[in-house]
Amino acid sequence: MSEPAVALSKPVSDEVRKTTCYMCACRCGIDVHLKDGRIRYIEGNRDHPVNRGVLCAKGSAGIMQHYAPARLKAPLKRVGPRGSGRFVEISWDEALATATEWMGTVRADDPRKLAFFTGRDQSQSLTGFFAQQFGTPNYAAHGGFCSVNMAAAGIMTIGGAFWEFGSPDWDRTKLFVLFGVAEDHDSNPIKIGISKLKKRGARFVSVNPVRTGYSAVADNWIGIRPGTDGLLILSIVHELLKARKIDVEYLLRYSNAAWLVIDAPGSAEHGLFARDEKGAPLVFETVTERAVPAGTAGARAALSGRFELPDGRFAVPAFRLVAEKYLDERYAPEAVSGQTGVPVSAIRGLAAEIARVAFDEAIFVEQPWTDIKGERHQGFVGRPVSFHAMRGISAHSNGFQTARALHLLQVLIGAVDCPGAFRFEPPYPKPLEAHPTPHGKAEHFGSNKPLSGPHLGFPRGPEDLLLDPAGNPMRIDKAFSWDAPISAHGLMHMVIANAHAGDPYPVDALFLYMANMAWNSSMNTAAVIAMLEDKNPATGEYKIPKIIYSDAYASEMVAYADLVLPDTTYLERHDCISLLDRPISEPDSVNDAIRWPVLEPDRDVRPFQTVLLDLGARLRLPGFVDQRGRALYKDYADYIVRHERRPGIGPLAGFRGSDGTRTGRGAANPDQLRRYIENGSFFSTHIPLEAQFYKHANRAYQDFAVRMGFIDEPKPVTFQLYSEILQKFRLSAEGLREPVAPETHRERILRAFSPLPEWYRPLEEAAVADGGFPYHAITQRPMAMYHSWGSMNAWLRQIHTANLLYVPAAICDEHGLADGDWVHLISHHGRITVPIARTETANADTMWTWNAIGKRAGAWGLDRDAPEAKRGFLLNHLIHELLPPKGDGMRWSNSDPVTGQAAWYDLRVRIEKAEPPDASLPQFPPTESSAGGARLALLRYGQEWAR
Amino acid sequence: MTSLPAAPPQKKLGLVIDLDVCVGCHACVVSCKEWNTGGYGAALSDHQPYGADVSGAFLNRVHSFEVVPDGGEVLGEAGEARLVHFPKSCLHCDDAPCVTVCPTGASYKRTADGIVLVDEDKCIGCGLCAWACPYGARELDLAAGVMKKCTLCIDRIYNETIAEVDRVPSCVRTCPVNARHFGDLADPASDVSILVAERGGIDLMPEQGTRPVNKYLPPRARTPLAATMPLAEHSDGAKGFFAWLDGMLDRI
Repeated sequence: MSEPAVALSKPVSDEVRKTTCYMCACRCGIDVHLKDGRIRYIEGNRDHPVNRGVLCAKGSAGIMQHYAPARLKAPLKRVGPRGSGRFVEISWDEALATATEWMGTVRADDPRKLAFFTGRDQSQSLTGFFAQQFGTPNYAAHGGFCSVNMAAAGIMTIGGAFWEFGSPDWDRTKLFVLFGVAEDHDSNPIKIGISKLKKRGARFVSVNPVRTGYSAVADNWIGIRPGTDGLLILSIVHELLKARKIDVEYLLRYSNAAWLVIDAPGSAEHGLFARDEKGAPLVFETVTERAVPAGTAGARAALSGRFELPDGRFAVPAFRLVAEKYLDERYAPEAVSGQTGVPVSAIRGLAAEIARVAFDEAIFVEQPWTDIKGERHQGFVGRPVSFHAMRGISAHSNGFQTARALHLLQVLIGAVDCPGAFRFEPPYPKPLEAHPTPHGKAEHFGSNKPLSGPHLGFPRGPEDLLLDPAGNPMRIDKAFSWDAPISAHGLMHMVIANAHAGDPYPVDALFLYMANMAWNSSMNTAAVIAMLEDKNPATGEYKIPKIIYSDAYASEMVAYADLVLPDTTYLERHDCISLLDRPISEPDSVNDAIRWPVLEPDRDVRPFQTVLLDLGARLRLPGFVDQRGRALYKDYADYIVRHERRPGIGPLAGFRGSDGTRTGRGAANPDQLRRYIENGSFFSTHIPLEAQFYKHANRAYQDFAVRMGFIDEPKPVTFQLYSEILQKFRLSAEGLREPVAPETHRERILRAFSPLPEWYRPLEEAAVADGGFPYHAITQRPMAMYHSWGSMNAWLRQIHTANLLYVPAAICDEHGLADGDWVHLISHHGRITVPIARTETANADTMWTWNAIGKRAGAWGLDRDAPEAKRGFLLNHLIHELLPPKGDGMRWSNSDPVTGQAAWYDLRVRIEKAEPPDASLPQFPPTESSAGGARLALLRYGQEWAR
Repeated sequence: MTSLPAAPPQKKLGLVIDLDVCVGCHACVVSCKEWNTGGYGAALSDHQPYGADVSGAFLNRVHSFEVVPDGGEVLGEAGEARLVHFPKSCLHCDDAPCVTVCPTGASYKRTADGIVLVDEDKCIGCGLCAWACPYGARELDLAAGVMKKCTLCIDRIYNETIAEVDRVPSCVRTCPVNARHFGDLADPASDVSILVAERGGIDLMPEQGTRPVNKYLPPRARTPLAATMPLAEHSDGAKGFFAWLDGMLDRI
């Protein structure tokens, strides 16, 4: 019998268009194969520095994202009550005229009354610029409810953060320790990296209450109790100090270990650095026995002792404080084992393994280089221990200090930006001084004028807080106030609650982009919905009067907008992945990228960035119009090419100059986008070999960074083990230093602003300690949907159609629970009723679920009886945006007291068996669908190409 | 009934799947779906794609299992249980029961490379092959009324219109952790055969007698942290520490 002939060499597509994925924050290069004008296939771009050809489930499901019926199809004006989902389609002319009128009135009257917040925005360089030129102090993206703790602690301690702004040296590291859930950023590079580790036989240790995803393949899993990572890390620090396994030379060269800390209790300078008349920090030189500026050539600086300063005060090296603090037995493994749930043997084992690999398996890369002081070195010493962490440790109310503790550990063993360790990705590292201070004080804004500087930044002390004369917050989210002094990414999770309460003031217009605040992106979702629906009884007007929302899809938030500006999909627009924004560099290369319309929209939608430029022009914002009021930019593509932030520095670093030969700095090149497209829609330039390590103190790297335009002069970083900025806040809280903190906030600041990394109990846990909530409940997004909205995607939703609560075996046994049972899960704030499954792979006190699988009926273009709405659920209903009352008359934000990071993972619960209901609870009335596409009963994608 | 090739195929093309590194990301699942829905044979249909009873045909799926090893082998520090992500597609068996059970000759095993394929022109959608397959690796496409299964991307691996480096199954090309390997398992010198030999690759359910071509690489042995030599103890506190530090400073 002859075998059938099979067509083996059918051409795949008519054309391949290379662009950049936008299914999450990873931003991989993709090859989009087009056939008959439709997408045949999307695969990873083999040349791309981020993903090297691979692509995750989300990226491959881009076809279904692009064609999802949940896409909005035209501008919408609300005609029913908020939440009903009743809209009429309007023209873009009407939509833009309406938005311009609303915003123009606010700009003239009181620009504070526009709050502009963006969610999954990958154009923060533009949205921030718009907000600044508009003049409202109320702008931020979603970092405040995501991972600002990680960003702020990293930048303040080592001049860079994990996030996707640095990376383990995957080719050289011999021990990789991953703290908490971190599948959310840099996901394909991390997967590629884990694969490399495994192949080389390097050890991978996961510290995570839940063993899924990356943790599933870890050599060692430490199933820690949530919120106690900082204690574990400081116990490792204790062990390393005790065993004297630290890199003293590295500490001296690159950290502030030797800087003298003034020891004058009760004075306004206590705990600050002793400085010379020029402000340079002092060290104690032990040969000549006098204080000299840090960095003085030939100085042998003391790391211990107590010294008299010329002015008669005493001071001690910062490292003496480090050693004394962490050598204390309260950090011994025996002392922390109970709190952390980690056996003493595992703590000791991890500390010993870190020390063994860092010092016994040190590596040396022979590549002569010169440090920032001009000293020549024969090569780079490598301590091949690398760490990574993201949301897992970040989303706790002690996450800032926990991230600081992790950076302390890295510096102690000499494992920052050396071969085999965590390495910076340009434009990082940058010292704190290279970042702006926040703007939004009364003198920074006013009617019809721009804000005088960037919204977001780093206060150097309480004097940089954004407060009115009475000490009250200037911003609607209370960022940079005593509530959250170093809220470098704002507090998006507080905006609606504060605006509804008129605290610190009401707003007229709320303008949101890609932020699902009426559902999974808000704590206390039901109350937030009620706030959005609430009217002022006297006027009949909504308490938040005008809501403008832009998104590509019919998310739950759409039903709460008064005006909807429909965005395109990621395949239909220009974008830039810019070094001015959130870069995609690698440790060895500087990279940026673009998106371009590989498909034309088939609906009446416009790219949000182009719409924002149009609004800026209609509002005649400086930077958006010329002197005669004419729009400066035709669209976003035009802006990407011609906008300059500083002379010669624009959104894209590649192919600059009139002939496209300049990199970093150079004149605008009208041909720039074509050059990017020809190059696969990205640009990559290698960092010289001698500049690839020790970037914080490497002369060649600093010079490279100046040439590229990251900085205008060398800005080396000295790692801040001891934080003077945090100490300034403590002095304010002690009433010793102006401006003094209000009485109400003093205890909170004193506890959280330790100048050396510290661990304290997560605030909700401390508040409900004896209140009958013995367990933790946490969430994570599944890898097939991470940092992406996936339920409108026909293929991804088949992987995660509904979520279950995974309950550890011990809790199941105690409560008589089995797979398929339903439970009430109860927090201090609320109660949900949900289905469960038993698990053996979680910390014994910790239950968990996939986040944001639960949807509201009527949203996302799904049928009303979709499992996402019937059985899926959110933990958000259990999490209040405020902590439980504690009798001081205050309700504190459920956030990190330092940064305002939303403390999602602090949730404490109890569990009770429930009778199975018809659907998970709570349920909400369905909204009418604003999805623009038809919901087919049968999808046969690609059938037209069947042979 | 349909016959298997009389002589063993010259090649045995197949997959080697590394359970030591699969993180369960489902990249292979979706890449397979998007390639094959527009590729060999009928589209992979999705019923009620936005509705309550959504279901679709997939040629490759990842299942996740919690495993508590017998004998208390210490794999993690927190407990003995681990999570195994297990990708599963047709294993292109040498003794493929799905072929011999086929009443029409639609299911067949290619003599050239051993790929088990369905000739959709002959398939009557009776489902016997899916019943016969002990792995559950075949799915009936309800819209087309034909049986769908992994083709090893037969329309990629020989496709001269794409770059040679890309002539591998879609799942292999996309896998971010490089857990999937493709090659000729009949050739002992092939990369995949060497991998199987070195890592102790195993057959899935060998007791079924299907002699699968695809192999699975079991998780590597793991060493507990507690096995590391403990750190030296110094009991002289901060004072002793600072004395040591001074000594270190003298040496720098």
